[in-house]
Amino acid sequence: MRETKYWTWHMAAGVVIFFLLGLHMLIMHLGGTTHLFAPFGGEAVSKVNSVFRDGRLFFTVTYILLLGVALYHGLYGLRTILFELTLKPIVEKLVTFVFVVLGLGLFGLGTWAAIVVHAIAKTGARG
Amino acid sequence: MPESAKTVREISFHVTRYNPENDRAPYIKTYTVPVHEGMTVLDGLHYIKENLDPSLAWRYSCRMGVCGSCGMLLNGHPTLACNTQILHIANADLTVAPLPNFEIIRDLVPDLAIMFDKHRSLKPYVVRTDEAEINDPAGEFYQSPEDLEAYLQYTYCIKCACCMAACPTLATDARYLGPMPLAAAQRYNEDTRDDGRRERNRQTGRAYGAFRCHYAGECSRACPKGVDPAKAIQHLKRRLVLDYLHLSRRKKPCAKLHGPGQGKPLPNIPAAPAKTA
Repeated sequence: MRETKYWTWHMAAGVVIFFLLGLHMLIMHLGGTTHLFAPFGGEAVSKVNSVFRDGRLFFTVTYILLLGVALYHGLYGLRTILFELTLKPIVEKLVTFVFVVLGLGLFGLGTWAAIVVHAIAKTGARG
Repeated sequence: MPESAKTVREISFHVTRYNPENDRAPYIKTYTVPVHEGMTVLDGLHYIKENLDPSLAWRYSCRMGVCGSCGMLLNGHPTLACNTQILHIANADLTVAPLPNFEIIRDLVPDLAIMFDKHRSLKPYVVRTDEAEINDPAGEFYQSPEDLEAYLQYTYCIKCACCMAACPTLATDARYLGPMPLAAAQRYNEDTRDDGRRERNRQTGRAYGAFRCHYAGECSRACPKGVDPAKAIQHLKRRLVLDYLHLSRRKKPCAKLHGPGQGKPLPNIPAAPAKTA
């Protein structure tokens, strides 16, 4: 049943990614027409617009959430592909361990970066 | 061969031969078989054994697509030799090979033991807590035609292993349970008399269970009995997820009808004979 748990969260993560990537497309790639969360005009990736978004808690939470679900979805998918190479059980355990450590490491690093950027953007907005 | 049957054409049978005691690897031997209308591949193999090469080995029993013994790879498609007419699939050449994804015992005989081990591990029978009733039934279990419809097609499975041979996942990962055992699990999960789904979930929900299926659908295409194992596996996945999330409706297994006369037998069906034991 453990695989059922992993699979269910893999599917749920896919649904979350679908919505968050939709939001990403709206903001980043349709910014020229929607100007969504880009109040200073111009490119959505311009520094002022980026700082504006980074300073908002909603975006910091969204970044961290997207990072988490994308890492889980991607690494679980990669693990499934690797497992189909008919690995030995010990190698499978090692792969799972490496992916858990890698995933948690990248998630920690990304979360730290999002929080720091949020703090800098807030300070910049105040200063 | 019946006397009235006229030879229509000579077909070259390219048959995979392998005797693990003598051969290092399987090889192909060609036999020329005179073929007439209506002749099946199984008839062709009999012709070879009786007239050309008595050492050829294959497995068969019923000769009418019921027992599932003669599954083999004909022109690259896993199907039943008894159910396939030669002239329907061959003009001049016909390749006959054992089912892939299994070890070969000899020539066209695959070793299906691993498939039946997997099948057995999924408890392919009605599981109930009232064991006394199972062992010595005192009445009939009520099941509506709609209840029956939910699993009926899976009961047509004859365990011929054609779906297992067609499965691309099983081709790369022998530990995968495979379409036949998983469809059998779904058959009993959907049976309203059964109460063993959660026990089966422990097997079907494992790393090499239902979630290993990529839904290539080749199992359903290959099935000579028209069963749809790919559909069964998708239903199995959905049920596993719903059970994990506790979103499945908990249903008690169907009730028993006590005593005669409570069920509604179809008209013109004679009464059952009295119990002898």
